[in-house]
Amino acid sequence: MSGSVVLLCVLAIGIVAFLLGRLRANALAGPKLSNLHSRPVYYGGFVAIWATLPALLLLAFWSITAPSVIQSSVRGSFPAEVLAAPQAEQNLEFGMITSIARGMKLLSPADAETLAGDAATVRTLLSAKGVPLAGDPKPYMLPAADELNRLTDRSNWLMTGAAVLAALGGLVYALRAIQPKLRARNRVERVVLGALLGASSIAILTTIGIVASMLGEATHFFSMVPAHEFFFGTVWDPRFAAAGSGGSEGQFGLIPLLAGTLYIGFVAMLFAVPIGLFSAIYMAEYASPRVRAFAKPLLEILAGIPTIVYGFFALTTVGPFLRDISAQISGLVTGDYANFIQAQSVITAGFVMGIMLIPYVSSLSDDIITAVPRALRDGSLGLGATRSETVKRVILPAALPGIVGALLMTASRAVGETMIVVLAAGVAARMQLNPFEPMTTVTVKIVNQLTGDLEFTSPQTLVAFALGITLFALTLCLNIYALYIVRKYREQYE
Amino acid sequence: MNMLTETAVEKVLERKMTNSALKMSGTDVCVFYGEKQALHNVNLNIRENTVTALIGPSGCGKSTFLRTLNRMNDTIDSCRVTGKILLDTDDIYDPNIDVVELRARVGMVFQKPNPFPKSIYENIAYGPRIHGLARTRAEFDEIVESSLQRAGLWNEVKDRLQEPGTGLSGGQQQRLCIARAVAVSPEVILMDEPCSALDPIATAKVEELIHELRANFTIVIVTHSMQQAARVSQRTAMFHMGYLVEENDTDKMFTNPDDQRTQDYIMGRFG
Repeated sequence: MSGSVVLLCVLAIGIVAFLLGRLRANALAGPKLSNLHSRPVYYGGFVAIWATLPALLLLAFWSITAPSVIQSSVRGSFPAEVLAAPQAEQNLEFGMITSIARGMKLLSPADAETLAGDAATVRTLLSAKGVPLAGDPKPYMLPAADELNRLTDRSNWLMTGAAVLAALGGLVYALRAIQPKLRARNRVERVVLGALLGASSIAILTTIGIVASMLGEATHFFSMVPAHEFFFGTVWDPRFAAAGSGGSEGQFGLIPLLAGTLYIGFVAMLFAVPIGLFSAIYMAEYASPRVRAFAKPLLEILAGIPTIVYGFFALTTVGPFLRDISAQISGLVTGDYANFIQAQSVITAGFVMGIMLIPYVSSLSDDIITAVPRALRDGSLGLGATRSETVKRVILPAALPGIVGALLMTASRAVGETMIVVLAAGVAARMQLNPFEPMTTVTVKIVNQLTGDLEFTSPQTLVAFALGITLFALTLCLNIYALYIVRKYREQYE
Repeated sequence: MNMLTETAVEKVLERKMTNSALKMSGTDVCVFYGEKQALHNVNLNIRENTVTALIGPSGCGKSTFLRTLNRMNDTIDSCRVTGKILLDTDDIYDPNIDVVELRARVGMVFQKPNPFPKSIYENIAYGPRIHGLARTRAEFDEIVESSLQRAGLWNEVKDRLQEPGTGLSGGQQQRLCIARAVAVSPEVILMDEPCSALDPIATAKVEELIHELRANFTIVIVTHSMQQAARVSQRTAMFHMGYLVEENDTDKMFTNPDDQRTQDYIMGRFG
């Protein structure tokens, strides 16, 4: 019986348990429902939890541990010469055995007979069933595969039995535990609380895991390339070369990439901040509810466009347009139709990224401006100030810390943005100040270093993790600072 | 025929006499919030250099009427006002009237103290600045000092004018808001339950202040407290369910009201 069927069985028992629990609670209550400590539905939930939770935990534990127990048992029966081989080779052999075991389950009885007659046919037989083998299996492998299948089957049966028993046992125990005085509601709620806690800790643990894995790879990188050469190097030239082929030492200077990232982010903010802020002021202070009702969702559609779409918008529309118009301008001024804006350039990437950021700036600022108490608006209007004076002199100063926080959050998005810059900014790692020339960013280089068939042991690939952790640290700092400012601002009105 | 002219003449005379002391007057004022009518044909006169108290149970329309006097209702989208309200001789709902100028002439103090998140000095200087009432620093200093003096706050805050206005106590904040309104030199000051968020001591100070302000300003105050209305006002208007029930001298109102509903309300039988 497969795992999913067992799961379904347990859940079915759970539903039955719920109904039984509710029924029994109702019966115990007699004529007055208030004789019970909790409502019957909580007793149902209480029994259902007892029926499913231990069984599910058992299933999870079994599925995690059983394969490794079986594996070590099968490996124990390997011939001595295989056991003497290095661990990596043993792993390969065991991998082959699992393939054979998987294939043998697919064989028809007739095939099995042929196999029993001549072990050498196993490779052709299995590949006919869609299970390719890397080489001809060694003689000891067939019995080992048999053993593996046998053990796995037995483990599955045992698991099914144990899970169903646990479910039924839990059901019976909980049903007997039901009494009018039982605090079923409190217990059910405690389980729900545990579930909530579990869900939030998964998110946190994942973050920690990601950081740890990046840190691990990055330390690996820094063992090959000194940290100061990475952080303070001004030349980026990783020299693609296979690991161990010699002459592979490239130069991994972070500075040009960081400069490109910050420059493009700055240009993007230059476009996004005024437009986003003005639209937020309009939406929050001037727009009638009717205009707001359709204009705001419309503006936020921008936020829903995948960034890759912005990327090819930049690549196919904005870039060529800027290039052509620059050629026209220089033609008009100097008579020479040479374009001074490259199709891939800081300005192209910054402009398109700015468009992408507008809804972030405007919707965050809108929330903050709307949060300024109405009393302040009334106070200013009551003194004879116009709406515009009220916005300039009272609302914006009051909302400023929050808006700065919102802008910092937006900036951290700009720094981490990938697809637009990959398509629109170019790949040349250069340090220069001309916004019409291509530059590259940290994210572009991460993509470049990881796409290709390099091994994950060369500095050329591992540098991606060092870049990633740098970027992560940068955006984390920006976000923490932004949150700090926003929180400080919130305290003013509470 | 003769009788008719006589009463007509009497009426004209009476109106002339009262008009000479009238600062604002509302005629057939109706206010609608969307479809709902909040005020029904209110006729109410506000006399100059007088404190007029508006009383009545919650939702009776007294605050709504107060806010029509400087068109603060304009800030509510669904609100519509009909009828006529005169300030001196100007119809304040005339399309040619600049609402900004109107609100400079008819200032307002709100229920909850709402100092701007700026320094005490800047809170007071805000109005004069936007209306161009002062040009040099010295002129601003003078306005700030005299306004705070008038609001009885000068001695408490003169050493910390640059500190944020939000750092003052609730009562001080409310007096700061009154000083802020006074700084624009309005003709009328509207107060919407100015003491409802204050403790009794702060309330007493604000009430004393209202007494003093009466010499220079015309004051309209909405209050839930009968005692407060009796203490600070000379005229009282009683609202009920969107109608003006009675308007009278405060002394008469609290001793011998004309309307049964006023009597019931003052005696605490409803509301």
